[in-house]
Amino acid sequence: MMTRKAPIRARRKLVGLPEPFAGWFSARGWRPHGHQLDLLAAARENAPVLLIAPTGGGKTLSGFLPSLVELAAAPAAGLHTLYISPLKALAVDVHRNVERPISEMGLGITTESRTGDTPVGKKQRQRRRPPNILMTTPESLALLLAHKDAGEIFKGLRRVVVDEVHALAGTKRGDLLALGLARLRRLAPLSHCVGLSATVAFPEELAAYIHPDARIIAVPGGPKPEISVVSAHGRMPWSGHMGLYAIPDIYRAIAAHNSTLIFVNTRATAELVFQALWKANYHNLAIALHHGSLDREQRRKVEAAMAAGTLRAVVATSSLDLGVDWGAVDLVVQMGAPKGSARLVQRIGRSNHRFDAPSQALLVPGNRFEALECAVARTAVLAGALDGEAPRPGALDVLCQHIMGMACAGPFHPDALYAEIISAAPYAGLARTDFDAALRFVENGGYSLRAYERYARLFCDSSGFYHIRNQQFVRQYRMNVGVIVEAETILVRMGRRKLGRVEEQFIASLSPGDTFIFGGRMLKYDGIQEGVAVTSRGAGKEPKVPAYMGGRLPLSAGLGEAVQRFFHQPKLWPALAPEVREWLNVQKSRSGLPAPGRVMVETFPRGGRYFTVVYGFAGRNAHQSLGLLLTRRMLRMNTKPAGFVAGEYAVAVWSLKKPENIPALLDPDILGYELEEWINDSNMLRRTFRTVAVIAGLIERKHPGHQKSGRQVNFNSDVIYDVLRRYEPDHILLRATRADASRGLIDLDRLTSMLVTARGHIDHYDLDRISPLAVPVILTIGKESIGKAMIDDLLDDAGEGLIAEAMR
Amino acid sequence: MSMIFQLQGATLVPDLSGALLWDDARTLIVADLHFEKSSSFAAKGQLLPPYDTATTLQRLLAVIDRVRPARVICLGDSFHDTHAADRLHPDDMAVLRSLTARVDWLWVVGNHDPAPPDTFGGAVVHDFCLGPLTFRHIAAPGDVIGEISGHFHPKAAVATRGKPITRACFVGDGRRLILPAFGAFTGGLNVRDPAILALLAPRFEVVMLGQTKLHRFGSHQLKSQAVLTSDFYGAGKRRG
Repeated sequence: MMTRKAPIRARRKLVGLPEPFAGWFSARGWRPHGHQLDLLAAARENAPVLLIAPTGGGKTLSGFLPSLVELAAAPAAGLHTLYISPLKALAVDVHRNVERPISEMGLGITTESRTGDTPVGKKQRQRRRPPNILMTTPESLALLLAHKDAGEIFKGLRRVVVDEVHALAGTKRGDLLALGLARLRRLAPLSHCVGLSATVAFPEELAAYIHPDARIIAVPGGPKPEISVVSAHGRMPWSGHMGLYAIPDIYRAIAAHNSTLIFVNTRATAELVFQALWKANYHNLAIALHHGSLDREQRRKVEAAMAAGTLRAVVATSSLDLGVDWGAVDLVVQMGAPKGSARLVQRIGRSNHRFDAPSQALLVPGNRFEALECAVARTAVLAGALDGEAPRPGALDVLCQHIMGMACAGPFHPDALYAEIISAAPYAGLARTDFDAALRFVENGGYSLRAYERYARLFCDSSGFYHIRNQQFVRQYRMNVGVIVEAETILVRMGRRKLGRVEEQFIASLSPGDTFIFGGRMLKYDGIQEGVAVTSRGAGKEPKVPAYMGGRLPLSAGLGEAVQRFFHQPKLWPALAPEVREWLNVQKSRSGLPAPGRVMVETFPRGGRYFTVVYGFAGRNAHQSLGLLLTRRMLRMNTKPAGFVAGEYAVAVWSLKKPENIPALLDPDILGYELEEWINDSNMLRRTFRTVAVIAGLIERKHPGHQKSGRQVNFNSDVIYDVLRRYEPDHILLRATRADASRGLIDLDRLTSMLVTARGHIDHYDLDRISPLAVPVILTIGKESIGKAMIDDLLDDAGEGLIAEAMR
Repeated sequence: MSMIFQLQGATLVPDLSGALLWDDARTLIVADLHFEKSSSFAAKGQLLPPYDTATTLQRLLAVIDRVRPARVICLGDSFHDTHAADRLHPDDMAVLRSLTARVDWLWVVGNHDPAPPDTFGGAVVHDFCLGPLTFRHIAAPGDVIGEISGHFHPKAAVATRGKPITRACFVGDGRRLILPAFGAFTGGLNVRDPAILALLAPRFEVVMLGQTKLHRFGSHQLKSQAVLTSDFYGAGKRRG
């Protein structure tokens, strides 16, 4: 939903900064920002606050200022402030940044960071003698709270600062943190929470995440950004997402600026764009690459070079969406679809962190549809219209993990724990029966066949308190904490140098001698040694590029609707490249244009098949689901479907017979029978289940580096899913799986709302040949996976490929 | 394409369930049932659904009803651990007893069940010969002829459009044949793992268990996935 929010300003108390802070500020020629004084005032009232400020507003220092002031006035031993960041690196960097004012003012305040990388000895010492300010992550907080001495550690806590709240709320990490905050409120009733967030569409919901009574302090943005869309010089591609045609333009822009951040949407694109830029790099400009699969040390080096201002450009994925501010960046390039306006605002905000100067941004659409998306995203950003979804209810698998953690911390009474949990915003609506089911799962698996009474992990004493049965379960919990379950990856090494990790599936598709691009290098794959992919420098004709599961955000609902409106606002079309305008004009005369509140469907024959294209503008995941359901329905209607391809804007299904009844095809009752049938053999749900099972603690995590060659692997999570579906269809983990899938990979929520819109509002164009608008959709056939990979078909293909090879 | 394996003149037919049928001897062979694997994990804190034994038995019952063998040979590791028999659900015990009463039943000992229980019927045997074939749990190193074994839970990976597909498989080189695990929650080891390769001739063949049919591949068509375990999860002990 697009909403416009006027900034909400808090009452400003005219209280200045105390010494030595006032002196320290003025020695630097600084004056405290209004919102910094507001935060100080809120701290004096012990009031929870959400600070909303554009990226680079100096939010983080503002968040610490009240703590520094209090600790300077009344030094005390023990933990005073907890700072929580979604990024490990951010926790460490913020630690460094806060050290500076402390040492310069000689405040004698102790600060430390605690992440998964902190040595064990230091962690133990931190629990005995905590610093005044501790910087940590949601996972490390969960681990601390699961300690027996958590009450002792946190009893004197006065303030919790949660950074980048917008990136946490509504995610499973956000759920984990919300439960942790609820526990902190109980352990330290005198503490209050301060959230720091970028500008978002749902400030009230975000404030509620911090605390039911949190007040909002909004810092107005600086001047509007200057956003231009790259000119394709008449060559705007029909399909593709990379925008490689614009490399010369981007290179010129890099040369004309001090420092450029180039955002792309996938790691594979990052590799290819990086290669292309270096091919064009006649002036040998320092251009670097940054994405989540690269080795941590390599990423650190790039970040440090960027901070030092020695890089002219970095090609990055969402790996740099959050992070420390880099003052020197004066241009942000978005390659490919922006996907959402709030995301674009945050990315653009990564440039020019001075409040007074406008940020500069260049958008590079990958194809004609993306040209429309860029145009409407630009308009939305300039109008301050943000999109995004309100945080969803908390996930049940995270709840299971948290209950186990709380059992590790000490005996609990279910009534008290339930009351505490529903005080966390994501779980405010949690039914007692769901809580009880989660507790049963933690206790004994929650199976109706009560086979595991003797293996129960918890036991209940006569006064109704639950205890953990065995210290072994505490260790198990500690090894498996966290909600990030990544695809199995494998380390890539060249010589002794660690380059990063790629998915096992990709390495498995290589044969020794194959070349691939990774970390900006062309590598020759030599084979696997002791679980590591060994590579050497190499060149090859057709290098592969590792692709990664997930990570592809769907088009936001807000932008999807805006694109549909854009079709009917010809006065805005001059902003488009001439070839894109022509494309729309021909479409209008040959067929029709999609309209908001309606669903356009085109049918046409081509190559002996009939194509049905549904322009749903509901994003890739919802279209993927619709494609699967339409195929099933066409089977039932005997239209003989042969395949489909799904994109962000539309889904195309092809069949041997012409579909006659389009309204019946798209009737929402497709969500009944066909959906049920599909769920019965959906691989997507199996994949989702694996993640849920790991988070909830049914299946243990694998720990990279702990695997030994030749070890027997233990079980197949797919089979567990099938068995559970057969014997325990209402099991809490299956419910968690369905809830996840209906929002994520299957995106049932958006699919449902699209189909409901479609009922009675279908614009069907029965054409004699393909329409201009359908071309980008049809061109992706063969590039995108074509529907569900049927194991038997694919294996047959592999066999026949061999026969062809043998008969040649 | 024929899915049949020939071993010492015996015609052996792989079944999509993972069982092997020796028609001439009216014998059905299954490997690595791993009964009560879930409760064994549950005892260590991983509370897997307690339905693996029931699932495995249902599948076994279905294949026996379909092919009507006179004899069933279980190639070892039928019980996941030495106390598994005590943990069997009474319903599962009844099913198992009815099966062993119907056909001639042989429990070959395995490393997980060095002494299979005698309470459910059937006879316990060590390695044994039947006609031209030798049956044992773990393939014997060195030269053997006509050996049928289990233990390794072999799986194979084949490149297809898009991505490799990994499935459990039978693997044979004309001298020996290794069966896939039949048990419900069993994982697998890639046939290109050195532990399995060491037992096989340089050229061997696999028959993979597809969704609805079997698929045969030569060793040169298989992906080396030596340590890759994508489809599987779990922190287990080293194979013993």
